[in-house]
Amino acid sequence: MDFLFNLVNGLSLGSIYAIIALGYTMVYGIAKMLNFAHGDVIMVGAYISFCAFQYWGLPPLPSVLAAMIFCTVLGVFIERLAYRPLRSATSLAVLITAIGMSYLLQNVALLIFKSDPKNYPGQIIDLPGLSLFGGQLKISGVTLLTIIANIVIMILLTLFINRTKLGKAMRCVSEDRGAAELMGISVNRTISVTFAIGSALAAIAGVLLCSAYPIFDPYTGSMPGIKAFTAAVFGGIGSIPGAMVGGLLLGVIEILGRAYISTQLADAIVFAVLIIVLLVKPSGLLGKQVREKV
Amino acid sequence: MTEARKHRSETKMVPVPSHSIVPERDVNEIPVLETRHLGIEFGGLKAVDDFNLTIGRTEIAGLIGPNGAGKTTVFNLLTKVYEPTSGAVLLNGQDLHGMTIVQASKLGIARTFQNIRLFDKMTVEENVRIGLHNQIKYDMLSGILRLPRYWKQEKRQHERAMELLDIFGMQDLADEVSGSLPYGAQRRLEIVRALATDPRLLLLDEPAAGMNPHETEELMENIAKIRDQFQIAILLIEHDMSLVMGVCEGICVLNFGRVIAKGTADEIQANPDVIEAYLGKKKEGGK
Amino acid sequence: MKAKKKKLIYNSVTFGLVIAAFLICQLLLSTGGMSRSFRGQLIPICCWIVMAVSLNLVVGISGELSLGHAGFMSIGAFTGIIVSGWMQRAFQMEDPVLRLVLAMVIGAVLAGIAGALIGIPVLRLKGDYLAIVTLAFGEIIRNLIDCLYVSVDGQSLRFGFLNNKLPGDLLMNGPNGAVSVQTIATFTAGFVLVIIALIIVLNLTNSRSGRAIQAIRDARIAAESVGINVTKYRMMAFVTSAMLAGAAGALYGLNFSTLVAAKFRFDQSINVLVFVVLGGIGNTMGSMIAATALTILPETLRDFGQYRMLAYAVVLILVMLATNNPLARAFFGRIFAPVKALFRRKKPAEPDLKGGDAK
Repeated sequence: MDFLFNLVNGLSLGSIYAIIALGYTMVYGIAKMLNFAHGDVIMVGAYISFCAFQYWGLPPLPSVLAAMIFCTVLGVFIERLAYRPLRSATSLAVLITAIGMSYLLQNVALLIFKSDPKNYPGQIIDLPGLSLFGGQLKISGVTLLTIIANIVIMILLTLFINRTKLGKAMRCVSEDRGAAELMGISVNRTISVTFAIGSALAAIAGVLLCSAYPIFDPYTGSMPGIKAFTAAVFGGIGSIPGAMVGGLLLGVIEILGRAYISTQLADAIVFAVLIIVLLVKPSGLLGKQVREKV
Repeated sequence: MTEARKHRSETKMVPVPSHSIVPERDVNEIPVLETRHLGIEFGGLKAVDDFNLTIGRTEIAGLIGPNGAGKTTVFNLLTKVYEPTSGAVLLNGQDLHGMTIVQASKLGIARTFQNIRLFDKMTVEENVRIGLHNQIKYDMLSGILRLPRYWKQEKRQHERAMELLDIFGMQDLADEVSGSLPYGAQRRLEIVRALATDPRLLLLDEPAAGMNPHETEELMENIAKIRDQFQIAILLIEHDMSLVMGVCEGICVLNFGRVIAKGTADEIQANPDVIEAYLGKKKEGGK
Repeated sequence: MKAKKKKLIYNSVTFGLVIAAFLICQLLLSTGGMSRSFRGQLIPICCWIVMAVSLNLVVGISGELSLGHAGFMSIGAFTGIIVSGWMQRAFQMEDPVLRLVLAMVIGAVLAGIAGALIGIPVLRLKGDYLAIVTLAFGEIIRNLIDCLYVSVDGQSLRFGFLNNKLPGDLLMNGPNGAVSVQTIATFTAGFVLVIIALIIVLNLTNSRSGRAIQAIRDARIAAESVGINVTKYRMMAFVTSAMLAGAAGALYGLNFSTLVAAKFRFDQSINVLVFVVLGGIGNTMGSMIAATALTILPETLRDFGQYRMLAYAVVLILVMLATNNPLARAFFGRIFAPVKALFRRKKPAEPDLKGGDAK
């Protein structure tokens, strides 16, 4: 029963990683850049929903919506301001800019909200838990919602990518930016849409993350961001199902590692698994192997 | 008639048991290259299939064929960029099976690239020195501590690099950044770099691409000169027929990954299959 | 011999700058003309210079993106602390110079071994995958050090993993890190280390091995086709870099009385990468200057109080935009053209971050 409990919790944490990883993987697939600031957008999402609920007195759902809208605008704004001017620059230059953006978000949050940790209100996601096997297995409402949210997001996103014109445009840009442009697809607009979706998802992830682990501060996004990025690479960066699989596996490994091996070594275990996977499959679980043309 | 042309017309080509021809002067020696039923598949597609070719010790051979025929793939198989899915490559009688690019290079195969691959942030001389990597050596520690061996070997590298650059009269370009050279000079530098590895067989992938007729003429003479001076074999891929017909002794024609003809320039020009697959097409479209 | 001469001038200027900066600092130290906070920065600056110069060997010269450099630094730091503490407590070796040298050498060797162990599997990967795996290794190293307990019991060292019940004097206390470290690091040692790092990196770059490393960076297949063993030379750059980071770590660790592994999180690796990129990728002198300037900058921004790190982030983004956006480059190019023309004949191009170095 313990194992089942841990497994469910692992799936829940993994779902959060998967939702964040989607943002990384989509941006990587389409803009070919590692958006290091993505993790901090999660933190912004958490703060906005927190403020909306606590200070502005909005009900839970509009609070979450407010966070999503704010993060969407923020994501598009960041891309427009900092990344678009560097479209032709080296990937390392873009990476450093993204790191700068990450510092910027953290420090703005630090200025506004100060460094002392806040307690995320549990009422934002206030759902009844589930009690199975005669009360032996208790699953909280947040855990359930997280897992369900992840599944819904996956389905919607897959439909969006495969069925809509915009989704098709995204796939085109990801495959060959130059050719897409020649076909009349606006690369800039497609990349903006990608950032918008990724950031909105980050806001959701922020709400879910802080509902599950309520203590948060301006650095909250950093570590889950890195883990989710790891998950994206793990599953094969650029691949949407890869982000899902990578995120879930990473979450489960982390929670099971914490429970059965060692709490202190949980991070090491997660990263060790990543390394082993990449050594066996150098482009991740579901990534495509690209042969260098000679 | 240029020197190169004259050379070609004097060569007598003789058949060898593997259904190839080699120059008569090379017939008693182990061929520098022999491929046996060489083939590679990419996801079910046979990019090269049943490729058999024998090249004599000092032969200048040509590999021609329409675009996408698999010529560069053959080069990649010979230099071990790809491991063949069938058949064998023998360099000086030695099977290259399972070897790496580096091992093949050490056994005496060198190449240039269709899309130039120079070390373009480095100078011309440094490019040649990198070609000399396995010829004039010293270890990392001598380099860091600037031991006497460093100074001695650096001097030898410099002198040898200058000698090699002299083949194309490029000595005065030695300090230029290679990426800033004109196109033709970059192609020539790639040849010099390949020669620096002291090869037995030199593979040239479209050496005349982007050159004007005058440069091509000069290149043709230089190819013959390199063979005479270094006594090595040269296999070249080229679309410029004046160069191929002018300098190559044996020619192999590839279409859809298969050999459709082998022979001397005159035989190839008269071969109806070749005309249909390659020359004929070109006449229709081009001239 | 234009190219050769240019290189000679570049190297002389690089060494000259370091020696001049060292002499000026010594002068200021002896006349008491240096503020306390700046004095405390001298040794860390040396460490970060060595970190930047060594990471530049991997990122700039060898062309691999590594995000785990702080991991090697932490191995060097804690090894140095253990070696120094052990020598002092178990063998009554009181001579700080000898202990410092020993700590730095052993720190470098252990970091180098870790570099080799990590490099064997990791260097098969390319680009962003290599980056994420090095980041993962850095985090694993930090995590493992967090679980490590070390004590001196009589003459022997006792190690405990996740087990703090060790007899004797505790040197490392798990997540609480190293405790009561005797600070034996000196500015002179830092200066010597910087010079050694520069000699190694600059001489390596201008040698057969260094050319092979750069050849792999510029055109891997072409390098292989002239017979260069790619794995060997990528490894050479990676391990050399790890060793230098280890030595810098030992110096850094012995500069503070306490040290926790959390100090070497991935953001520290990223900071070093920022030095390398801002200094101009592949430009050793640039790495050095950027490391100096960016270590001093947050200190000089102290007046801004809480806006300090915010300003740092903004400066970072603006500099990246100004140096990498084609329009901005053209714009700044026109502004600085007369300045550049002035310097062209005297020195190779220097990033404008130079100012901080001579302070």
